[in-house]
Amino acid sequence: MNGHDHLYDRTPGVEERESTASYSSYTVGVGLAILATIASFIVSQTHLLWPPGIAVGLVVLAFAQIGVHLVFFLHLGSGSDNTNNILALAFGVLIVFLVIGGSIWIMANLKENMMPMNQMMQMHY
Amino acid sequence: MLGRLTWAAIPFNEPIPLLTGAAVLIVILAVLALITIKGWWPYLWGEWITSVDHKRIGVMYMVLGLVMLLRGFADAIMMRTQQALAIGDAQGYLPPDHYDQIFSAHGVIMIFFVAMPLVIGLMNFVVPLQLGVRDVAFPTLNSVSFWLTASGVLLVNASLVIGNFARTTWWNYPPLSELAFSPDVGVDYYLWSLQISGIGTLLTGVNFVATILKLRAPGMTYFRMPVFCWTALAANMMIVAAFPILTATLMMLILDRYLGMHFFTNDGGGNQMMYANLFWAWGHPEVYILILPAFGVFSEVTATYSGKGLFSYRSMVLATLGICVLSLMVWLHHFFTMGAGADVNAFFGMMSSIIAIPTGVKVFNWLFTMYRGRIIYTTPILYTVGFMVTFVIGGLTGVLLAVPPVDFVLHNSVFLVAHFHNVIIGGVVFGAFAGYNYWFPKVFGFTLDERWGKAGFWCWLIGFWVAFTPLYVLGLMGMTRRLQHIPDPSWRPLLLVAELGAVIIFCGILCQIAQLYVSIRTREQRRDVTGDPWNGRTLEWATSSPPPAYNFAVLPRVETIDAFWHMKRTGRTQIEPIYETIEMPRNSGTGFVTAFFAVITGFALIWHIWWMVIVGFLAAAITAMVAGWSDEREHAISAEEIAQLEQARSGLGQPAE
Amino acid sequence: MTVADIAAAPTTVSGELARGRGGGGPASKRTVVAYGFWIFILSDIVMFACLFAAYAVLSRNTAGGPTGRELFNLRNVFIETMCLLLSSYACGLGALSAERRQPVRFMLFAAVTFVLGAAFIFIEATEFARMIAEGAGPGRSAFLSSFFTLVGTHGVHVTGGLIWLVYLVAQVITKGLRPPVLRRLLCWSLFWHALDIVWIGVLTLVYLMGASV
Repeated sequence: MNGHDHLYDRTPGVEERESTASYSSYTVGVGLAILATIASFIVSQTHLLWPPGIAVGLVVLAFAQIGVHLVFFLHLGSGSDNTNNILALAFGVLIVFLVIGGSIWIMANLKENMMPMNQMMQMHY
Repeated sequence: MLGRLTWAAIPFNEPIPLLTGAAVLIVILAVLALITIKGWWPYLWGEWITSVDHKRIGVMYMVLGLVMLLRGFADAIMMRTQQALAIGDAQGYLPPDHYDQIFSAHGVIMIFFVAMPLVIGLMNFVVPLQLGVRDVAFPTLNSVSFWLTASGVLLVNASLVIGNFARTTWWNYPPLSELAFSPDVGVDYYLWSLQISGIGTLLTGVNFVATILKLRAPGMTYFRMPVFCWTALAANMMIVAAFPILTATLMMLILDRYLGMHFFTNDGGGNQMMYANLFWAWGHPEVYILILPAFGVFSEVTATYSGKGLFSYRSMVLATLGICVLSLMVWLHHFFTMGAGADVNAFFGMMSSIIAIPTGVKVFNWLFTMYRGRIIYTTPILYTVGFMVTFVIGGLTGVLLAVPPVDFVLHNSVFLVAHFHNVIIGGVVFGAFAGYNYWFPKVFGFTLDERWGKAGFWCWLIGFWVAFTPLYVLGLMGMTRRLQHIPDPSWRPLLLVAELGAVIIFCGILCQIAQLYVSIRTREQRRDVTGDPWNGRTLEWATSSPPPAYNFAVLPRVETIDAFWHMKRTGRTQIEPIYETIEMPRNSGTGFVTAFFAVITGFALIWHIWWMVIVGFLAAAITAMVAGWSDEREHAISAEEIAQLEQARSGLGQPAE
Repeated sequence: MTVADIAAAPTTVSGELARGRGGGGPASKRTVVAYGFWIFILSDIVMFACLFAAYAVLSRNTAGGPTGRELFNLRNVFIETMCLLLSSYACGLGALSAERRQPVRFMLFAAVTFVLGAAFIFIEATEFARMIAEGAGPGRSAFLSSFFTLVGTHGVHVTGGLIWLVYLVAQVITKGLRPPVLRRLLCWSLFWHALDIVWIGVLTLVYLMGASV
């Protein structure tokens, strides 16, 4: 192992500090994730939130839980040795938003300009 | 037993594919026979097929790309000829069914199996050397990538003689590409050859991002990397971003065709435009994946032959990264006419125009690099100057097309065809040729003949303009693309000029073949004994030509940009190094064997030979498991051995480093 | 990269060279492997993004067939989610044990991870079988095509991960927790956590939104 490198470079999933603190990282993480999951089900299946806001609530909870996973399970932090990992993640997140958001925007736009379905069904060829 | 494969798959009643296929088969058999007679199999197996050395893999990619250029060009000249002949009452010589396969194959081959291999080949050979390291991050994976690409090549070419290729253009839009309208194997050949080679390309992307970000010589911070490595980084980041989109899209169409799903079908609620949307979300980044490394080549070539450092390194890096990000936000310009509203079209139109700005920054930087430089007019610099003129004009027609109302008139006309050939030939192909001529001595130890090289360049440059200017005019006159028959006789003169252009390009290709032949025959006169024939600036020129397997006996210490130039100026190359044992990766047959089973699986999927699919897939999986088990992946080269090798090389007048 | 390369690195380092910004020479094999695998996982996430995009676009195209609201069994989805989440937890504890060279504890956690992951697949497979038996298979409508593909691709990844886990445990048994084996386990746990992250997306966007009140 390259001790020289050990201090300067980190990758996701690698826990550096060897102590019981690391067990707590996973335990806290799974606890938060379970809470977020239960909360998501409650939001979805009850009228706790104003119905039009359910989608927003679910998305917020999902992001929160993903964040919990990234921080507590994948040990993505904000140290300078993590920069490459964060940048890679940021790039990935950008692509995901462009693909999903872009596709939804474009396809909704195309759909709006399409001939209504009933008119189309009346066309014979 | 053999699915839907029967003897009827062989085109006995179609003379052109039959004769071509027979000719190719004879050539292949002759080559195999020659290798067997001369006893070259052990050498080929040990030094090339199982090699995980980035330099060998780079050469193999280049060979693959250049050979497929001949096939793709043959398709091109067949199309040009058909269009020159089939005007008015004349019918030409290619029936529509065949013509449609040719233009589809031409696009697929040129993009996936010429341009990508050429660009990836250059990056493979050069990037580790420029970074001052011994190989890429995952050498065995690199070999897998190459052989999976070769698998795609094999499948596409097999479609010529066993079955047929897709007739659906190189985009393969549904509903035409769905079972209802393309029930035969053509679309399946398209889908599986691209799916398989796509995995190879994705792995290359992962490999090079990890290499460039994590494996550099000591002291080489990000802003001391050569610009070619920056463009390679950006291109490979885009491969990682874009190729999964292609994988998912092709997979959805495969699921429609094989499992009766309804992603893009006419019935069941499918949405065909979603295919176009996703395809181009891959397709646009793809062309930037091709052009960015070409830009990198031009940066290296300009700086070297002007005897000056590249002008404004930082803005070059920023422009590269800017293009990388912006290219992910323009894809709708490939389907402005598909029915989106004005706001969507306007957004993507504006983004497409904006992306011209960083490109312009790069062009100015190249010009300012050459300004007040002492320029040596070699073939690579000629290609660079040719690129600057050709690509800028092509890029301007792109900005024109980026305006949605203009695109409504010109979409899918031959104006568009001229535009993208303008930027691809002027940019990617000229870049590949410049890189080929520039780095050839490093790869093989002798330079290429300059006279034939220059002749080839002029033929390509003149030929390109003669071939495609008429298409710009014809596009404005209303000629659409992909026409098997020309309805308007007044287009004849322009089409004949275009045909002439194709013939001139063909002369260019002949010049390049002659260049290679002559160079090999007279190689002793043009031996590169110093390793630095062009008075280069970057670290690859610090090695011998060709470099030893381990590239650098001792990894260089980098202190500035243009590390080798700095080393030469401060006399660093004379320092006596201390050698230590070097661990180099062992050869591995994993790539070749995996690809072999990938071909079997792909062929079986195309022809619905289900038992063969299972066997092939399991065999590939087992190969991966066997490869993933071993821990002894490296062999050691002792310090004494290195000292001897280095002595031998410096004894011939080569530098010790 | 050799010992000499590291030894020959300058002993007084500037900030840029010392702080992992890459000026310190080639990174260690473990770093390179983990980072490369991280990039590969991001590419896989992009592929899933396309499947999500297709689902988002096609989820209303039920072609007169059943909708998600009618088909989804949220009780089973909750159990599946807990199984996968707890298997991620077990995976994490297993990774710690492996790093601390505790093979027996590692095996224990690996077994728990496997069982929970297998439970996830079992429940999902029975759900799929039920839907297909009710005539709501992937060929029924675009909505169902995109549903089965998105959720099914995730399931295929999980299944692949389970097979891979068995393969790696076999390596641990025969070769012990050596550095190459540890690197592969690191990659595996990155993969497993990433699959749980994707599942959060599937759970939220497909099941909870599809079946919300």
